[in-house]
Amino acid sequence: MSLKSKTIELLKRREQAQSGGGEKAIEKQNAMGKMTARERVLALLDKDSFNEYDLFVEHEARDFDMNTKVLHGDGVIIGTGTIYGSPVCLFAQDFTVAGGSLGLSHARKITKIMDHALKLRIPLIGINDSGGARIQEGVNSLAGYGDIFFRNTLASGVIPQISVILGPCAGGAVYSPALTDFVFVVDNISKMFITGPEVIKTVLGEEISMEDLGGARVHAEITGNAHFFAATEQECFEQIKKLVTFIPWNNSRKALPFKPKEPKKEFNIETVVPGDPKQPYDVRNVIRAVADDSDFFEIYELWAQNIVIGFARMNGETVGFVCNQPMYLAGVLDVDSSDKAARFIRFCDAFNIPIITLVDLPGYLPGVDQEHAGVIRHGAKLLYAYSEASVPKVTVILRKAYGGGYIAMGSRHLRADFVFAWPSAEIAVMGPEGAANIIFKKEISEAEDPEKMRKLKVKEYKDRFANPYVAAAKGYIDTVIEPKETRRLLVHAISVSKDKTNTNPQKKHGIPPF
Amino acid sequence: MKKKESISKDVEYKMLNIEDTKYKTIITKKFENRKVWQIADPSLVASLIPGTVSKLYVNEGDKIIEGDKLLVIDAMKMKNTIKVPYSGVIRKVNVVEGQSIPKGYIMIELDIQLIKV
Repeated sequence: MSLKSKTIELLKRREQAQSGGGEKAIEKQNAMGKMTARERVLALLDKDSFNEYDLFVEHEARDFDMNTKVLHGDGVIIGTGTIYGSPVCLFAQDFTVAGGSLGLSHARKITKIMDHALKLRIPLIGINDSGGARIQEGVNSLAGYGDIFFRNTLASGVIPQISVILGPCAGGAVYSPALTDFVFVVDNISKMFITGPEVIKTVLGEEISMEDLGGARVHAEITGNAHFFAATEQECFEQIKKLVTFIPWNNSRKALPFKPKEPKKEFNIETVVPGDPKQPYDVRNVIRAVADDSDFFEIYELWAQNIVIGFARMNGETVGFVCNQPMYLAGVLDVDSSDKAARFIRFCDAFNIPIITLVDLPGYLPGVDQEHAGVIRHGAKLLYAYSEASVPKVTVILRKAYGGGYIAMGSRHLRADFVFAWPSAEIAVMGPEGAANIIFKKEISEAEDPEKMRKLKVKEYKDRFANPYVAAAKGYIDTVIEPKETRRLLVHAISVSKDKTNTNPQKKHGIPPF
Repeated sequence: MKKKESISKDVEYKMLNIEDTKYKTIITKKFENRKVWQIADPSLVASLIPGTVSKLYVNEGDKIIEGDKLLVIDAMKMKNTIKVPYSGVIRKVNVVEGQSIPKGYIMIELDIQLIKV
């Protein structure tokens, strides 16, 4: 046989192996509004950049007539490729092959590409579309999951890990995405749960649809399991590609810089924020008024909206923004917002991304549900994350910074490198109304006209404390700035912090209040 | 981005009171639908998880002593024996053997007599 005919033989085998679960299964996949695994890989990666490995891997299962079944690629595609020129490792489960079920060979392919990603120190992207464990393979498939979770954990903080849920992802399988840094879901396509509707119905008698139990919206809005929500798979891939431009390949690099660009003129920083601290506004417009090209890439847009997190660039360099959002729940800290911000801060710290904090909050959300949900434990995560982070940290106090909220939001006391305050900043133990009611309780209650006295005392407290100058006098803030100076000072602060060194005490690892 | 909650002028702002100050803001669904705290009534025996009543030990009017068995609930593949933590009289029984019950269902009501027996 000549080399040419051997090559033809290869192409034939390749074509066959790449056919996935066959025409019928592919038709079914498309009918569900889903792309095939191969289409997804090609849509996500740069043109002609994908190189596939382990195409000819077969399963070794013998029980339940499995020895007669051919499963192309054992239901998963693995390989390397690039996104805007940056290298990534990737796996994509193929639902058309035995429902994307995870057997031993399937899992070995995934762990192979994970080991690769960790060794090459490049991001890992996992596209999940699987019915779960391959029951015929028994404990072997459980072992497979365990091997994946273990690698997710070791890779955490070394390389960025991205999970894309494009189909069912149920039972133990959900824990791989949960261990990764960013989870993407698509409306009507993604389904994630530990126990499905049928089990819930049999065991507990509760009836619920798959969508209401663990659909994309549920995870993007309620549980906080998904960071990004898209209407279509194509939109989802665009989101992933954009994310990749903001993050570095690994923890010893910085994200690739972009060409600096001034913010767009339509975002006027001097008019975004109302002077009255009780009036709402959209803090994202403050970010857009200071960030390069007014481009803000928000994470968790629909969950815990009282805090805003995401990436932007300052003078070409990636930064992470953490901002109270007065438009939702007055921007308070609570269980979910603390969780949301704390995890993001740890991501930024692990991957050398400076953190900019914009502060405007009245404090913590009061309520029995919050206290009973453990706001103490969850709120502590935020303090922990800020304190521990050694990347450049710049904080701007826009308006309110009251009580524990002032401390938690990247304060000097948690090792912020630069703390700026607008002239509208109010740094105090609590809001003027509450403070006056406590300090002047007697004067107010004994006054002839208590309401008039209360107003007087509130004003007295306001005049004394509702400004940035008391904190400035103590050096807790470095300087009071004009709003229009904000971008210039942020860019400056970040550029002078490039070689910042900060060390934490030697330890195996800290024990954050998980 | 039509699919996402668009932030326009017609969003409904409400007032949120934090430490005596009222802030104009959007109240999230999660906050609005939060479970309102209620003081537990010790005379009501409610189910902690959904299940099936597989055995009933008491009838209305029975005198019971702390530690007596009230009923058995089959839930999560376990037979859970519910014992009474107080002494008293069974005021009302709201279940029968074989009945499926949801979570939080008031199964038995007691008249508690806080006498040491």
